[in-house]
Amino acid sequence: MADITARVTMPTSARKGEIIDIKVLVRHAMDRAVDAQGLKPSPRRIIHSFRASYAGEEIFRMDLSSGIASNPFISFTTVATETGVIAFEWLEDGGAVYSRAATLVVT
Amino acid sequence: MADKAPTRRMVAAGLAAMPFAVQAQPMPSSAAEVNRSRSSESYADAERALLAGRTPIAAGITLDVPKLSENGNSVDVLIKVDSAMTREDHVRAIHILSEQNPFPRVATFNLTARAGRAEVATRIRLATTQNIVVLAETSRGAVHRAEQEVIVILGACVDGG
Repeated sequence: MADITARVTMPTSARKGEIIDIKVLVRHAMDRAVDAQGLKPSPRRIIHSFRASYAGEEIFRMDLSSGIASNPFISFTTVATETGVIAFEWLEDGGAVYSRAATLVVT
Repeated sequence: MADKAPTRRMVAAGLAAMPFAVQAQPMPSSAAEVNRSRSSESYADAERALLAGRTPIAAGITLDVPKLSENGNSVDVLIKVDSAMTREDHVRAIHILSEQNPFPRVATFNLTARAGRAEVATRIRLATTQNIVVLAETSRGAVHRAEQEVIVILGACVDGG
Protein backbone atom coordinates (compact mmCIF):
# COMPACT_ATOMS: atom_id res chain seq x y z
CA MET A 1 0.00 0.00 0.00
CA ALA A 2 1.37 3.32 -1.01
CA ASP A 3 1.75 5.68 1.86
CA ILE A 4 0.26 9.12 2.14
CA THR A 5 1.84 12.48 2.87
CA ALA A 6 0.40 13.66 6.16
CA ARG A 7 1.04 16.54 8.49
CA VAL A 8 -0.17 16.54 12.08
CA THR A 9 0.05 19.77 14.05
CA MET A 10 -0.43 19.53 17.81
CA PRO A 11 1.54 20.37 20.94
CA THR A 12 3.98 17.77 22.29
CA SER A 13 3.06 18.53 25.89
CA ALA A 14 0.16 20.02 27.81
CA ARG A 15 -1.07 20.53 31.34
CA LYS A 16 -3.65 18.08 32.61
CA GLY A 17 -7.11 19.39 31.76
CA GLU A 18 -5.88 21.75 29.05
CA ILE A 19 -7.77 21.75 25.76
CA ILE A 20 -5.39 21.22 22.85
CA ASP A 21 -5.94 21.98 19.18
CA ILE A 22 -5.17 19.22 16.70
CA LYS A 23 -4.91 20.00 12.98
CA VAL A 24 -4.33 17.32 10.38
CA LEU A 25 -3.71 17.61 6.67
CA VAL A 26 -3.11 14.87 4.11
CA ARG A 27 -2.22 14.99 0.45
CA HIS A 28 -5.10 13.39 -1.45
CA ALA A 29 -6.92 14.20 -4.70
CA MET A 30 -10.38 13.34 -3.25
CA ASP A 31 -11.48 12.14 -6.71
CA ARG A 32 -15.21 12.40 -7.33
CA ALA A 33 -17.10 9.68 -9.17
CA VAL A 34 -17.69 10.21 -12.88
CA ASP A 35 -20.80 8.65 -14.41
CA ALA A 36 -21.99 11.25 -16.90
CA GLN A 37 -22.87 10.27 -20.46
CA GLY A 38 -19.99 10.45 -22.91
CA LEU A 39 -17.35 10.25 -20.20
CA LYS A 40 -15.46 7.18 -19.12
CA PRO A 41 -17.02 6.22 -15.80
CA SER A 42 -14.69 6.11 -12.85
CA PRO A 43 -15.48 5.26 -9.25
CA ARG A 44 -15.17 7.65 -6.34
CA ARG A 45 -11.80 7.58 -4.60
CA ILE A 46 -11.77 9.80 -1.55
CA ILE A 47 -10.81 9.66 2.10
CA HIS A 48 -14.27 8.76 3.40
CA SER A 49 -13.52 8.62 7.13
CA PHE A 50 -11.05 9.97 9.62
CA ARG A 51 -10.61 8.70 13.18
CA ALA A 52 -8.54 9.83 16.12
CA SER A 53 -7.95 7.86 19.29
CA TYR A 54 -6.21 8.89 22.50
CA ALA A 55 -4.55 6.17 24.57
CA GLY A 56 -6.67 3.62 22.73
CA GLU A 57 -10.03 5.35 23.13
CA GLU A 58 -11.74 7.01 20.18
CA ILE A 59 -12.04 10.77 20.72
CA PHE A 60 -13.06 12.04 17.28
CA ARG A 61 -14.46 10.67 14.04
CA MET A 62 -15.37 12.43 10.83
CA ASP A 63 -17.33 11.20 7.82
CA LEU A 64 -16.13 12.93 4.67
CA SER A 65 -17.81 13.17 1.27
CA SER A 66 -16.74 14.22 -2.20
CA GLY A 67 -17.79 17.70 -1.03
CA ILE A 68 -14.59 17.98 1.00
CA ALA A 69 -11.75 19.82 -0.75
CA SER A 70 -8.75 17.90 -2.03
CA ASN A 71 -5.92 17.57 0.50
CA PRO A 72 -8.47 17.35 3.32
CA PHE A 73 -7.79 19.53 6.33
CA ILE A 74 -9.43 18.76 9.66
CA SER A 75 -9.18 20.69 12.90
CA PHE A 76 -10.58 19.53 16.25
CA THR A 77 -9.82 19.63 19.97
CA THR A 78 -9.30 17.29 22.88
CA VAL A 79 -8.72 17.57 26.60
CA ALA A 80 -5.24 16.47 27.75
CA THR A 81 -6.01 13.72 30.25
CA GLU A 82 -2.90 11.53 30.45
CA THR A 83 0.42 11.00 28.74
CA GLY A 84 -0.31 8.80 25.78
CA VAL A 85 -0.35 8.22 22.06
CA ILE A 86 -2.86 10.05 19.90
CA ALA A 87 -3.38 7.92 16.78
CA PHE A 88 -4.88 9.13 13.53
CA GLU A 89 -6.38 7.01 10.75
CA TRP A 90 -7.54 8.05 7.30
CA LEU A 91 -9.78 5.51 5.52
CA GLU A 92 -9.78 5.57 1.73
CA ASP A 93 -12.31 4.15 -0.74
CA GLY A 94 -11.07 0.69 -1.71
CA GLY A 95 -10.09 -0.20 1.83
CA ALA A 96 -6.69 1.45 2.27
CA VAL A 97 -6.00 2.84 5.73
CA TYR A 98 -3.26 5.39 6.40
CA SER A 99 -2.15 6.07 9.93
CA ARG A 100 0.00 8.41 11.96
CA ALA A 101 0.58 8.75 15.67
CA ALA A 102 1.93 11.40 18.02
CA THR A 103 2.70 11.30 21.71
CA LEU A 104 1.28 13.90 24.07
CA VAL A 105 3.11 14.36 27.36
CA VAL A 106 0.74 15.54 30.09
CA THR A 107 2.18 17.26 33.14
CA MET B 1 -30.59 16.83 -17.28
CA ALA B 2 -34.31 16.13 -17.62
CA ASP B 3 -33.71 12.71 -19.17
CA LYS B 4 -31.72 11.65 -16.10
CA ALA B 5 -34.47 12.44 -13.62
CA PRO B 6 -36.47 9.18 -13.91
CA THR B 7 -33.34 7.11 -13.35
CA ARG B 8 -32.55 9.05 -10.21
CA ARG B 9 -36.06 8.56 -8.92
CA MET B 10 -35.87 4.84 -9.58
CA VAL B 11 -32.60 4.57 -7.71
CA ALA B 12 -34.09 6.53 -4.82
CA ALA B 13 -37.04 4.17 -4.72
CA GLY B 14 -34.69 1.20 -4.79
CA LEU B 15 -32.64 2.59 -1.92
CA ALA B 16 -35.75 3.27 0.12
CA ALA B 17 -36.76 -0.34 -0.27
CA MET B 18 -33.47 -1.56 1.17
CA PRO B 19 -33.75 -2.27 4.89
CA PHE B 20 -30.39 -0.70 5.81
CA ALA B 21 -31.02 2.53 3.96
CA VAL B 22 -33.30 3.98 6.62
CA GLN B 23 -32.34 7.30 8.28
CA ALA B 24 -29.67 7.61 10.94
CA GLN B 25 -27.24 6.35 8.31
CA PRO B 26 -24.71 9.15 8.78
CA MET B 27 -23.37 9.15 5.27
CA PRO B 28 -24.58 7.10 2.29
CA SER B 29 -21.96 4.43 1.77
CA SER B 30 -23.26 1.85 -0.72
CA ALA B 31 -21.09 1.53 -3.83
CA ALA B 32 -24.07 2.30 -6.07
CA GLU B 33 -24.66 5.57 -4.26
CA VAL B 34 -21.11 6.85 -3.86
CA ASN B 35 -20.14 6.08 -7.46
CA ARG B 36 -22.84 8.33 -8.87
CA SER B 37 -21.89 11.86 -9.78
CA ARG B 38 -25.02 13.15 -8.05
CA SER B 39 -26.73 11.91 -4.91
CA SER B 40 -30.18 10.33 -5.13
CA GLU B 41 -30.93 12.19 -1.90
CA SER B 42 -32.07 15.80 -2.13
CA TYR B 43 -30.94 18.50 0.29
CA ALA B 44 -34.43 18.62 1.84
CA ASP B 45 -34.45 14.83 2.34
CA ALA B 46 -31.00 14.90 3.95
CA GLU B 47 -31.96 17.63 6.40
CA ARG B 48 -35.25 15.90 7.24
CA ALA B 49 -33.45 12.61 7.89
CA LEU B 50 -30.91 14.26 10.20
CA LEU B 51 -33.56 16.19 12.11
CA ALA B 52 -35.63 13.00 12.55
CA GLY B 53 -38.72 14.98 13.53
CA ARG B 54 -36.97 17.38 15.91
CA THR B 55 -37.37 21.13 15.59
CA PRO B 56 -33.98 22.82 15.34
CA ILE B 57 -33.00 25.75 17.58
CA ALA B 58 -31.76 28.66 15.48
CA ALA B 59 -29.06 29.66 17.98
CA GLY B 60 -25.92 28.41 19.62
CA ILE B 61 -23.74 27.93 16.53
CA THR B 62 -21.06 30.25 15.22
CA LEU B 63 -20.57 29.42 11.55
CA ASP B 64 -17.52 31.11 10.14
CA VAL B 65 -17.39 30.92 6.34
CA PRO B 66 -16.33 33.57 3.87
CA LYS B 67 -19.21 35.69 2.55
CA LEU B 68 -17.60 35.57 -0.86
CA SER B 69 -15.31 32.86 -2.16
CA GLU B 70 -13.33 33.33 -5.37
CA ASN B 71 -12.90 29.61 -5.76
CA GLY B 72 -15.43 26.94 -4.81
CA ASN B 73 -12.80 24.20 -4.79
CA SER B 74 -11.68 25.05 -1.28
CA VAL B 75 -13.80 27.07 1.11
CA ASP B 76 -12.75 27.35 4.76
CA VAL B 77 -15.45 26.40 7.26
CA LEU B 78 -15.07 26.93 11.01
CA ILE B 79 -17.87 25.82 13.32
CA LYS B 80 -18.16 26.57 17.03
CA VAL B 81 -21.10 25.37 19.08
CA ASP B 82 -21.91 26.80 22.51
CA SER B 83 -21.70 23.83 24.85
CA ALA B 84 -20.24 23.03 28.24
CA MET B 85 -19.06 19.73 26.73
CA THR B 86 -19.74 17.80 29.92
CA ARG B 87 -20.45 14.09 30.01
CA GLU B 88 -24.17 14.83 30.51
CA ASP B 89 -24.51 17.62 27.98
CA HIS B 90 -22.21 17.78 24.99
CA VAL B 91 -22.36 18.14 21.24
CA ARG B 92 -22.14 14.68 19.77
CA ALA B 93 -22.47 15.42 16.07
CA ILE B 94 -22.00 18.37 13.76
CA HIS B 95 -23.28 18.06 10.20
CA ILE B 96 -22.45 20.28 7.24
CA LEU B 97 -25.13 20.36 4.54
CA SER B 98 -25.11 22.03 1.17
CA GLU B 99 -28.24 23.19 -0.64
CA GLN B 100 -26.79 23.10 -4.16
CA ASN B 101 -23.95 20.58 -4.24
CA PRO B 102 -24.53 17.22 -5.98
CA PHE B 103 -24.20 15.57 -2.56
CA PRO B 104 -26.11 17.45 0.16
CA ARG B 105 -24.28 15.77 3.05
CA VAL B 106 -20.85 17.33 3.02
CA ALA B 107 -19.44 16.11 6.32
CA THR B 108 -20.30 14.81 9.77
CA PHE B 109 -18.05 15.34 12.79
CA ASN B 110 -18.61 12.99 15.72
CA LEU B 111 -17.48 14.44 19.03
CA THR B 112 -17.42 13.29 22.63
CA ALA B 113 -17.23 15.19 25.91
CA ARG B 114 -13.47 14.64 25.69
CA ALA B 115 -13.23 17.31 22.98
CA GLY B 116 -13.46 20.03 25.66
CA ARG B 117 -14.82 22.49 23.12
CA ALA B 118 -17.24 21.94 20.26
CA GLU B 119 -15.04 23.53 17.66
CA VAL B 120 -14.14 21.98 14.31
CA ALA B 121 -12.85 23.23 10.98
CA THR B 122 -12.35 21.86 7.48
CA ARG B 123 -12.34 22.95 3.84
CA ILE B 124 -15.22 22.15 1.53
CA ARG B 125 -16.14 22.27 -2.15
CA LEU B 126 -19.03 24.43 -3.31
CA ALA B 127 -20.61 23.94 -6.73
CA THR B 128 -22.16 27.40 -6.81
CA THR B 129 -23.43 30.30 -4.69
CA GLN B 130 -25.59 28.79 -1.98
CA ASN B 131 -26.45 28.45 1.68
CA ILE B 132 -24.28 26.32 3.93
CA VAL B 133 -26.36 24.72 6.67
CA VAL B 134 -24.91 23.35 9.90
CA LEU B 135 -26.82 21.10 12.28
CA ALA B 136 -25.41 20.30 15.72
CA GLU B 137 -26.90 17.43 17.73
CA THR B 138 -26.43 17.40 21.49
CA SER B 139 -26.29 14.39 23.78
CA ARG B 140 -29.64 15.52 25.20
CA GLY B 141 -31.28 15.21 21.81
CA ALA B 142 -31.57 18.89 20.92
CA VAL B 143 -30.58 20.11 17.46
CA HIS B 144 -29.12 23.53 16.73
CA ARG B 145 -29.11 24.99 13.24
CA ALA B 146 -27.23 27.77 11.51
CA GLU B 147 -26.96 28.81 7.91
CA GLN B 148 -24.87 31.25 5.96
CA GLU B 149 -24.82 32.19 2.31
CA VAL B 150 -21.54 31.92 0.44
CA ILE B 151 -21.20 33.68 -2.90
CA VAL B 152 -19.00 31.55 -5.14
CA ILE B 153 -17.33 33.24 -8.10
CA LEU B 154 -15.81 30.15 -9.70
CA GLY B 155 -17.63 26.99 -8.69
CA ALA B 156 -16.04 23.61 -8.08
CA CYS B 157 -16.71 21.62 -11.25
CA VAL B 158 -18.94 18.94 -9.87
CA ASP B 159 -21.32 17.81 -12.60
CA GLY B 160 -19.00 15.39 -14.37
CA GLY B 161 -20.40 16.43 -17.74
